[in-house]
This record gives sequence, structure tokens and C-alpha cells, in this order.
Amino acid sequence: MNWLKFSSPQTFYPLAGKLVPWFAVAATVLTIYGLYLGLLIAPTDFQQGDSYRIIFVHVPASILSMFLYVVMAIYAALGISLNARLSYMMATSVAPTGAMFTFLALLTGSFWGKPTWGAWWVWDARITSELILLFLYIGYMSLQSAIDDKRRADRASAVLAIVGVINVPIIYFSVKWWNTLHQGSTINMGKSSTMAPIMLKAMLIMMVAFWLYSVAVILTRARREIEDRERNSEWIKQAWLQEVKE
Amino acid sequence: MYWHSLNDFLHMGGYALYVWVSFAVTFGSMAIELLLLRVRRLKGQKMMGGAIQ
Amino acid sequence: MTTATFNKISALTVLYRVFLRDIKVAWRRRSDIASVFFFFIIAASLFPLGLGADPKLLHAIAPSVLWVCALLSCMLSLPRIFAADYTDGTLEQLIIANQPTLLIVLMKTLAHWVLSGLPLVLVAPLIGLQFDLNVNELQVLALSLLIGTPTLSLIGSIGAALTLGVRGGGVLIALLILPLYIPTLVFGAGAVNAVSTGMSASGGLSLLGAMLALSLVFAPLAASVALKIAVE
Repeated sequence: MNWLKFSSPQTFYPLAGKLVPWFAVAATVLTIYGLYLGLLIAPTDFQQGDSYRIIFVHVPASILSMFLYVVMAIYAALGISLNARLSYMMATSVAPTGAMFTFLALLTGSFWGKPTWGAWWVWDARITSELILLFLYIGYMSLQSAIDDKRRADRASAVLAIVGVINVPIIYFSVKWWNTLHQGSTINMGKSSTMAPIMLKAMLIMMVAFWLYSVAVILTRARREIEDRERNSEWIKQAWLQEVKE
Repeated sequence: MYWHSLNDFLHMGGYALYVWVSFAVTFGSMAIELLLLRVRRLKGQKMMGGAIQ
Repeated sequence: MTTATFNKISALTVLYRVFLRDIKVAWRRRSDIASVFFFFIIAASLFPLGLGADPKLLHAIAPSVLWVCALLSCMLSLPRIFAADYTDGTLEQLIIANQPTLLIVLMKTLAHWVLSGLPLVLVAPLIGLQFDLNVNELQVLALSLLIGTPTLSLIGSIGAALTLGVRGGGVLIALLILPLYIPTLVFGAGAVNAVSTGMSASGGLSLLGAMLALSLVFAPLAASVALKIAVE
């Protein structure tokens, strides 16, 4: 199958439209199953009590926040190297979801930290780096909205995304170094070393569920993005008329 | 089922506030994200309806 | 002279001229340079005014306060690297001309550092005295700024190039660049803090050096790509 033919907005648009419902349903089913296992079946944690259950949303959100940033940077790099409009649109579509998950990771982490270590916020390497990741997402979205010329906005923010992704490991390392220097929290951030298999299973299911959700949302946003940009072209008008008839 | 009663479940071993706020904000945010996309679709349709006229 | 040597000479001359021109143009607007310099001094004094004059407290916060103020004043002067040339069309000419944009960006960034970063290196130790820093700490402070401020100019040039002619430019640059400044800040202030607590500053200073090396290699490249995007 020639996948390359889907690299134009015109062919990608209907494909995305067909894929979204599948991902949406799968995400819903897995979320329900994951929550069922995590909230109803899994036993309580010996050390942390039931507050540990927050990991069923916290860990998936963190993982996705980082994963989506890399995805965004890859689309940005593809956009610049291939000069492909669709790549830029995908990068634009990923950002809001990535930012949301970053925010959720910080918030749920905070609510998990308070009962566990007594503090709403701790300046350890991972939390601080996650905060900076949120700033990077916000910077990307701000730059895009500040530039009126779409083409320039796409390309400038693509450069920013690539510069950002290179900096993420540097930032993480610097914060880690800063932490050891100041002998900061000696809190053991690692998940409890022995996680009951069912807890791990529920967490992994939620991770996949969040990923499926992301795909559905990002594909939908990409379609909205295509509609915005190609508003005046014939094919989108035809496609819309087609949909209205259905 | 780990829990013995609905009350126990809601109580979350004393951590109800932390657990339920976390879950509520998480799924609430996702709902808002979906809502915003829906609004965007409706706006787009309005504009396209105008363009086709 | 063969054509090859002739071209080599003229390339260096052009770069030197770019550097010199930027300095001259900025010098004509001395007040711009001076105001950013004074910003550093004023902003640094806000902290004692806000926190109280306890020498121990001031001594403890000094490295970070001075580094953050240096960082912020560097950032305030970033638009100057490209903005004036962008508005009058000179930038376009420089890019179209035969010299690699990369080197032009490097020269302009160097000019920015000489005018905005270097003065900070010289004046920060003086301000550090107000914060009760001792000689060792002042030395490391100056050294860390000497190595760190070029990095700030280099990374900053990327932000300046990306936001050329964009509305809300100044604050937008801050939003984009400050997260990228964090490693430099951490290593720089960390080096001085290390000396305060009796440890060696070599760790922080070497990391600063590594950041400078990395920025020297990558930042002009990113900035020239961003410039081409802005100009076309």
C-alpha cells in the first residue's frame, strides 16, 4: 500500500475521519477496564494507602506528556526537511494535548505528593523538568499564535520545537545536578519497588488508553486544522457537502 | 472487588480528596478538550456553510 | 593574489565589518545599551530592598539574584541583534550576500555579547560586594558570567531571530528563551554557590564551558534557519 499518498491534506482528511471512531471507542473501553482494575479490584498499597491509586492517571499523563513532545518535534523536523504542510499541521495538532497532559501530570503529581511526602510541591529533578516542559509547550503555542502568516508560523515554531527537544535532556541533567548540589529532597521518587502485578497491569492499560485517546483527539484536531487552512479549496467544500448529506 | 461498601470506595482509605480531585480534573480536562474540539467543528461548519452559499 | 586568497581575505573583512558595524550602530544609541546595563544594577538592588538587609540572607541569595538579573538584562537587549536591520532591509541584504548566514549571525551575536554581556561581567563583582560576597566568590561569579553570558547571547539569538517583527516580541522572547536559559543559570549560580559552601567551582564552570561549546555549534545554525524563515 502506498502510504505516501496520505501525505497530502486532501487524502489524509477522510482517512483521519474514518480512524477517529475506532481509536475513540478503543480508548473508552480500555479506560473503563483500566479504571475498573485500578480502582475496584487492585488492593491498597502497604506503604501509601489508597492514595497510590493516583498513579493510574499520573503516570500515563507524564509518559504521554513527554512522548507527545517528541512526536511534535518529529513532525516539526519532517515539516522542515520535507517542506510538507501536513507535517506542520500535525505538529500544531499535537501541542495542546501534550500541554494538557503535562499540566495533568503536574497536578496529579502534586495531589499524590501531598499525602505521601507532606508537600504540594517538591523541586526534584523530574517534577521541575516536567514544569519546564510545560513552559516549552506554552512557548511553542504562543509563538504559533503570535505570527499571523501561517507559513512562517509553522516553520518558526518547528524550529523552536526542535531546539526544545534537544534541550530537554540538557535541562533534565542540569536540574538533576542542581538537586545533588543542594542536597535537595532525598525523597525516593521511584514507584514502590514491588508493585503488585494487577497494579502494573492497570497502569499499563491506562497508559495505552491515554495514548489511544491522544491519537483520536489529535487526528480530530488535525481535521479541524485542515478545514481552517483549506477553507477556500474546492475539495473541502465537496467533502463537507458530502458529510452533510450523510 | 477490593472494597466492602460504596462508602469505603468513596472514602478511599482517607485519601478521598486527593484521589477524587485528581481523577475529576483529569477526566474533566479531557472532556473540556473534546468540548473545545466540538465547538471548533461547529464554528468551522458555520463558516463553510457561508462559503458554499 | 590568486582569486582564492582574495576571496578568503574579503570574507574575513566582511565578517569583521559586520561585527564592527553592529558595535558602531549600537554605540550611536548608547542610551539603549546603558539602560539595559542600569537595569541589571537596579534589579539587583530590588532584592535587598524587598527582603531586608540581613547580610547572611543577602550573601546566601546573591549568586542566584545576580545571575537571574544578568540573565534578564541579557534577554531585554536581545531584540537589538536583528530588529533594526530587519526593519530597514539590511538583514535581507546580508543574507542574500555571498557570506554564509551562519557567520553573520555569529558576528552579530558576538557584538551583542560585547555590548550587553561583557559589561555585566565587569560590574557584577562590584554589585556582589553589596551582597557581602567574599573574594573567592566574586572571582567565580565573574568567571561564571564570563563563560555564561556568551551562551546567553547565543541561545538568545535564536529567540531574537524567531520573533523578528512579531507583535508582543519582548515578552514572547522571554517565554521562548527562559526555559532554554535554565541550564546555564543552574550551572552558573551553582558554581558560585558551590564556592560559598566550600566546594569546588570546577564542576559548575566546566558544565558552563560545555554549554558554551554546544551553543557555539548549534545556536548560530538554528538562528540562521530562523532568520531565513523570518525574512523570506
